[in-house]
Amino acid sequence: MSLPTRTFTVTRADLVRYAEASGDPNPIHQDDEVARSVGLPGVIAHGMYTMALAARAVAEWFPGAEVVSLGCKFTNPVVVPAEGGVDVEVAGEVKDASDGLTTIALTVTSGGQKVLGMPKAVVRA
Amino acid sequence: MPVDPSLVGREFPPTRPYAVTAADIGRFAAAVGAEYAGGPAPATYPIVLTFDAMNAFLAAESIELHRIVHGEQRFAYERPIVPGDLLSATLTVSSLRQIAGNDIIGTVSEITDDTGALVCSTSATLVHRGGDA
Repeated sequence: MSLPTRTFTVTRADLVRYAEASGDPNPIHQDDEVARSVGLPGVIAHGMYTMALAARAVAEWFPGAEVVSLGCKFTNPVVVPAEGGVDVEVAGEVKDASDGLTTIALTVTSGGQKVLGMPKAVVRA
Repeated sequence: MPVDPSLVGREFPPTRPYAVTAADIGRFAAAVGAEYAGGPAPATYPIVLTFDAMNAFLAAESIELHRIVHGEQRFAYERPIVPGDLLSATLTVSSLRQIAGNDIIGTVSEITDDTGALVCSTSATLVHRGGDA
């Protein structure tokens, strides 16, 4: 069963708020020059920010459900422009529902490219 | 500079106990655009504890934060985190390998409450981009 795809826009201001709230001060999420100095194309979103958007979609699909496990690889960076923002799309498919546990395979893309590898959530629902 | 290979298996000291409040969870939820009306924290909230442990580990090993990118993250939850929890994270280096001049550092951070019970087991792969980058 496919779940309704959710689209989120990520801006530099979001990354500043996330850095403060999460306690990740890595400057590659704030400063183009630092990001380029380590071979990145520019400021990238925290992988955890993108993962949080995926978790937000899961919470919207299964309101109130307890999350049992959540995981992914960060396979491609989400490059966030200085002006405006970049869209992240979260699609989901229910793969299995048994013993009170629902397994959701996620597909998270930005600009048509997958940014998370094998993102998966298991919820008690 | 490559990361010290003898780190594998090393457990770092637990982080200072962190008192979870509704305001703190609310701030985290707002930062990811989610609504929070009390109760269980968002699923990725435990990263606050994990980042605390990872930052202490990186500082202890003199690894520059800006050379780190996140490669992989997994959470296995024993129970949701709620306001009033007093939590601490203990990080262990689980693996270390070198690929194309980068160090791939596997870590496990176990988040426990003030009774010592496991709340969430988090595993993170950190990619340390080599000095020539």
